[in-house]
Amino acid sequence: MKLDSMYQEIILDHYRNPHGKGLRDGDAEVHHVNPTCGDEITLRVRLDGAVVADVSYESQGCSISQASASVLNDLVVGKPVGEAQQIQEAFLELMQSKGQSEGDEDLLEDAVAFAGVSKYPARVKCALLSWMAWKDATAKALGGQPPLTD
Amino acid sequence: MTHSHLTGLLDTDAIRKDFPVLSRQLHDGKPLVYLDNAATSQKPRQVLDALNAYYEQHNANVHRGVHVLAEEATALYEGARDKVAAFVNAPSRNEVIFTKNASESLNLVANMLGWADEPYRVDADSEIVITEMEHHSNIVPWQLLAQRTGAKLKWFSLTDEGRLDLSNIDELITEKTKIVSVTLVSNLLGTVNPIEAIVRKAQSVGALVAVDASQAAPHAVLDVQALEVDFVAFTGHKMLAPTGIGVLWGRQELLEDLPPFLGGGEMIETVTMGSSTYAPAPHKFEAGTPPIAQAVGLGAAIDYLSAIGMDKVAAHEHAITAYAIERLAEVPDLRIIGPRTAVDRGAAISFTLGDIHPHDVGQVLDEQGIAVRVGHHCARPVCLRYGIPATTRASFYLYSTPGEVDALIDGLHHVRNFFG
Repeated sequence: MKLDSMYQEIILDHYRNPHGKGLRDGDAEVHHVNPTCGDEITLRVRLDGAVVADVSYESQGCSISQASASVLNDLVVGKPVGEAQQIQEAFLELMQSKGQSEGDEDLLEDAVAFAGVSKYPARVKCALLSWMAWKDATAKALGGQPPLTD
Repeated sequence: MTHSHLTGLLDTDAIRKDFPVLSRQLHDGKPLVYLDNAATSQKPRQVLDALNAYYEQHNANVHRGVHVLAEEATALYEGARDKVAAFVNAPSRNEVIFTKNASESLNLVANMLGWADEPYRVDADSEIVITEMEHHSNIVPWQLLAQRTGAKLKWFSLTDEGRLDLSNIDELITEKTKIVSVTLVSNLLGTVNPIEAIVRKAQSVGALVAVDASQAAPHAVLDVQALEVDFVAFTGHKMLAPTGIGVLWGRQELLEDLPPFLGGGEMIETVTMGSSTYAPAPHKFEAGTPPIAQAVGLGAAIDYLSAIGMDKVAAHEHAITAYAIERLAEVPDLRIIGPRTAVDRGAAISFTLGDIHPHDVGQVLDEQGIAVRVGHHCARPVCLRYGIPATTRASFYLYSTPGEVDALIDGLHHVRNFFG
């Protein structure tokens, strides 16, 4: 059934038990909204030198946007900023694949579960909300420098 | 489910045969259950045929040619104006202005008043009154006017039951009020508003009243004279007509006094390099080539609705809405946002379902062929008022059936199981 390709069990698990949720200290904070549906996220990034020390967030939205923020936290915290940015780029590419890509599981881990979401144009923005907020907050935390991989 | 206790229903078997899209099947053979009528209605074959006939037989620009097609196109376009005038019981066809949608109609009113001379002019000493339940189309034009003129924007608030709170009407509508703009029926809450009390107060201080009838005109008898208001805005696509055609009705003496907003062809009397004079209303407010085919389509939609009878459409929707409210009460954790009875209520019902986000509700319903709207419905202040990020909205029309209500209820149980 098509619906199961979107609502993978991994996604529903992250939705029910989000990782890293709640706001903690950070070097930069951003607030992003999805104006078409009202989903919102306030996200903070804390860097420790060139390493992503923490990503904390308060958010409201659908299961896809909530699970995506949880997976983001799992994937980038503890990683060097450059590597985290590569993961973000790979996730963006996956979400823009219109269902044509399965994603690189070595790089994206649980995030490959979102491959099915990329078939639903109205939901791609839900999945990307926290990732775009993280990209923005990281750029701010780096002192307005453009992201390393750009 | 037996539906024999429901009274006032239309012959939907016959009506649905006129709407080709309603026989579509989605997702491997599930029949379409279209419950997004407050966003836009489906179109009957009679409207689609009128559009085709216009383009195949009569297409020309209006008001300027002497050839046969130009005369036919003009007659069809102006004939649509006659139909709209009769549909809303306007005293004169010259009070019916064609726009592209209700948003443009309301922006037109705001801009007329921003550029008007006294006594209509909105300036830094003026106050504008709207309500917390407005669609963004009846909020943002007034915010823009207030920002540009320095006028103060004031709001009626809402009760916990989803009704307008009129308790402070005397503080809200004062001698400074130039315009009160209010929706007749809320697109999110479904509430039918007590316009008469607002009109009485506004008249007592000499303020104009504009009404957003976007969710009213498609569903019940609309009589601009009985309303005793100054402007009424609505859109065609929610009442079986194509997109791209809206209406602003305004009282004739106001339309004569108020200045044009958009300038261009069609709206002039004479033009010199020094200045121009303007055509009389309604043409003064219809710059450029209008949406001709769309107006013809609106005329055909009005013919279709009038043949059934707007009182009968209203009775049908009332029965369906009452049945839906009764059955939604069976779904655990479901909270209706808006009046929980069918009294003074339109056919749009918004609700939340426990902690399940409306996007997820809508997605799982879609998989069963059920089309609903999810989100803030372009009425974000209402969501803020009730402390919710968004709602799921089911909205009905003359072709909606009790069986479709049953499908919605079954679908919502499935949603709960899916995320349970």
